[in-house]
Amino acid sequence: MAVDQLKIRNFCIIAHIDHGKSTLADRLLEYTGAIDKREMEDQVLDTMELEKERGITIKLQPVKLEYKASDGNTYLLNIIDTPGHVDFTYEVSRSLAACEGALLVVDASQGIEAQTLANVYLALEHDLEIIPVINKIDLPSADPERIKREIEETIGLDAEDAILVSAKTGQGVPEVLEQIVKKIPPPKGDASALLKALIFDSYYDPYKGVIAYARIFEGTIKKGMKIKMMATGSEFEVDEVGVFKPKLFETESLTAGEVGFIAAGIKNVKECRVGDTITDAENPAEEPLPGYKKAVPVVFCGLYPVDNADYDDLRDALDKLSLNDASLVYEPETSEALGFGFRCGFLGLLHMEIIQERLEREYNLSIITTAPSVVYHVYTTAGDVVKVENPSKMPPPGKIDHLEEPFVKATIMVPKDFVGSIMELCQERRGVFKNMEYVGISRVMLTYELPLSEIVFDFFDQLKSRTKGYASFDYEMIGYRESKLVKMDILVHGETVDALSCIVHRDKAYYHGRALIAKLKELIPRHQFEIPIQAAIGNKVIARETVRALRKDVLAKCYGGDVTRKRKLLEKQKEGKKRMKQLGRVEMPQEAFMAVLNVGEKQK
Amino acid sequence: MSLYIHIPFCISKCSYCSFTSFKYDFLSAEKYLKALELEICIRFFEKTFKKQKVNTIFVGGGTPTVLDDELIKKLFLILDEYFYLNDVSEFTVESNPNTLSKQKLKILKDFGVNRLSIGVQACQRRLLEILQRAHDYEHVIHSFELVRGVGFDNVNVDLIFGIPTQTLEEWEQSLKNIIDLQPEHIACYNLQLEEGTVLLERVRKGELESCHEELELKMYNRAIEMLVKEGYVHYEISNFSKPSYECKHNLCYWYNDDYAGVGLAAHSHVCGERLSNTDDLKLYVEKLMKGTLPLQERILLSKQDMMSETVFMGLRLINGVNLKNFYDKFNINLTDVWPDQLDKLLSEGLVKISGDYLRLTKKGLPIANVVFREFV
Repeated sequence: MAVDQLKIRNFCIIAHIDHGKSTLADRLLEYTGAIDKREMEDQVLDTMELEKERGITIKLQPVKLEYKASDGNTYLLNIIDTPGHVDFTYEVSRSLAACEGALLVVDASQGIEAQTLANVYLALEHDLEIIPVINKIDLPSADPERIKREIEETIGLDAEDAILVSAKTGQGVPEVLEQIVKKIPPPKGDASALLKALIFDSYYDPYKGVIAYARIFEGTIKKGMKIKMMATGSEFEVDEVGVFKPKLFETESLTAGEVGFIAAGIKNVKECRVGDTITDAENPAEEPLPGYKKAVPVVFCGLYPVDNADYDDLRDALDKLSLNDASLVYEPETSEALGFGFRCGFLGLLHMEIIQERLEREYNLSIITTAPSVVYHVYTTAGDVVKVENPSKMPPPGKIDHLEEPFVKATIMVPKDFVGSIMELCQERRGVFKNMEYVGISRVMLTYELPLSEIVFDFFDQLKSRTKGYASFDYEMIGYRESKLVKMDILVHGETVDALSCIVHRDKAYYHGRALIAKLKELIPRHQFEIPIQAAIGNKVIARETVRALRKDVLAKCYGGDVTRKRKLLEKQKEGKKRMKQLGRVEMPQEAFMAVLNVGEKQK
Repeated sequence: MSLYIHIPFCISKCSYCSFTSFKYDFLSAEKYLKALELEICIRFFEKTFKKQKVNTIFVGGGTPTVLDDELIKKLFLILDEYFYLNDVSEFTVESNPNTLSKQKLKILKDFGVNRLSIGVQACQRRLLEILQRAHDYEHVIHSFELVRGVGFDNVNVDLIFGIPTQTLEEWEQSLKNIIDLQPEHIACYNLQLEEGTVLLERVRKGELESCHEELELKMYNRAIEMLVKEGYVHYEISNFSKPSYECKHNLCYWYNDDYAGVGLAAHSHVCGERLSNTDDLKLYVEKLMKGTLPLQERILLSKQDMMSETVFMGLRLINGVNLKNFYDKFNINLTDVWPDQLDKLLSEGLVKISGDYLRLTKKGLPIANVVFREFV
């Protein structure tokens, strides 16, 4: 049965975290009857446990709705998600490319945030029809008129007809559906042309293999067809195609203009990359769809099992996670301090956090994470360029001519009262001021150029804490620049702990080193001997602390023969020791390896 | 078999005490003794203890001597009914200086009590105030005279060091004062600031400065030095005695032998099990009035648990753990159970093996927990 292309609307929802994207999507589902009220669990489309728990949506599941509009026709509406975080900008751009329109959801009291802005610009680049939706109008602090002005001033979008919605109460939801049908153009494309389908997402199913989420631009795809991924060159036979209701629902075919899934016994998401074009292996299209990029990790860290015996489990877990995440890269790494582990690359900090949490939660692993690092370009005196993503692999100072580090252009939106403290923060982080603009009357948009390494260390947390949570932030990479960087080593009991080495700016090394070893002093338990802790650049010690020797540790008298309490106490202490890493004669708690992360801010 | 009897009443609560204890009043104490009698009776019929086999009795608290003479008598009459008190080789009662009268001491003596323990803790009024003790040093001297006068020839004095703001000189003075009294046994406990105590709160608020670890160590070493010089044998981490006056009851804990504890929150170690009673006074009385034992916890020990406990309790003794006894009890050599741990501890010089004993070294003594941890 052919689908009438004119009755299809493909759109996405652009919103800042907390502005109600998931709730609105749920309402749309409910209103169109895609899902029964009884089946409604809050935020149906947030699939990961982690997402539900944190109330943030990393990725919504796509869904197809059937909507009977006021013109009497039934339309097929495909909601395609855009991940709401800067780490996934590339994925966002691919999702946008699969749509003809977008709902721009803005919180009626909070207004536009940096993240939203970045995604709206991306949507405009893709020529999407944008429908402004002002959400949470049921809240007493809602001020839709101000928000409309903000949308007009910052984006230059006519917000006169913005739909006022309360996704919570359902107010305005029918209007949203009507506008989608009226304003967003139907897809184009020829069902009989050579197949071109854009993969905008994928996930791994243990039974069916990789399920590709695709938008068909040209041609038709059906079961039994041989397909080819134009970027990777891999070929597969299609086992199943279908749509999202929101559960996978098999159909005979997918034709130009449609959004659906394709299963083809693909073993690994790396063979089915987001942004790649699927074509007919026997009659391939000449040109792929534009815009394919291989996702490049920008933040790296070491992941080590607390217990060395868990190494294989960690590898298995990473293997499994990467089945579903083409952007996760990892390779075995050995640290003198931490033993066998993996160097992992991530798209950004959130991505890193998510992977860590999933390893611990879903795979029940205890892991030690080393401080995140960016990729440095090291120009050696021999004239080579070496890419270093692990500070302990930095060549000796004598062999380095100069170093370059990645910079980003950061856009920060902040209430005007906090501008001072944010500028101070950017200054501390070696930021170069670029621009300042008012957004409406109460907020300011700051643009800075910052070294990426300065934002991987709790920049976002600082931003939030210095603005009572009101700042929003987005960044894009702008390339490499020369910096005066040095490698700082940490010596514990005279031994360099490779996992604690870090790369810091020369002017900040002294301060950073002192703060770091002060932190380590707090974290390293007392031993039977004194433990000197030193920060050094090359052979020069720049800071020193000592963990005093343990002098006295005796249990008090045993009242009335309560031996059990004693044994439990000793067992607990022993358990605590087990979780430590043995480094020569020194036992280091896991937190010590993370100390590098939150150094420097505590003193403030 | 040793027997422990718990009396959870005091004149007032000391600032460092974290135990459930109650302000003494005649009626609640009378009710408590009734429940205690029921517990002994039930456990007697359950054969936790057999009449002929009780070797030591220790009546502790709280402050057992806070009981009125009438109740003290009642307590002993109960004990007399179930145990051959004359055959008990060591019969200790704990006391505090301001709770002793000649009359009361005579009652104790008549019922066969042959060892008296006096909680002195410190000899300076300002420290006694910090500890919120209900007595003065004058009470101590007076009590001691009474105790000797009635004829007790085995007396223990408890002292505490590491009291917030305590100086080394004050500690030396306390030791000297007590040595002058020539008790047969002296226990020196390092004060532990426990959660939920007034003292810890005051330290946290900054009203008092806690005692520095280095100073505590000095105080501990000073005690060993002074007491040994005066002819006291340092036989356990915190305990000193004139030769052959070691506390037999406590030795039973350190040898990890069996003992039965009756009363509120009392602990027992019988036939490979550790039992403890509830620490809820109301529940304790209620349960016994209904004829059920007021147990809170019952742990069946594995062989590994028993071996562990035998070692970390035994290492508290300066002589250490007897390796032959260990083998006889468990049919395996201690050195085969923990070969790696022993290697490590021996090479670190924290323990040594001499003759049939594994013991802490001078170096291991103040950090005994480091050693104990290896055996759990």
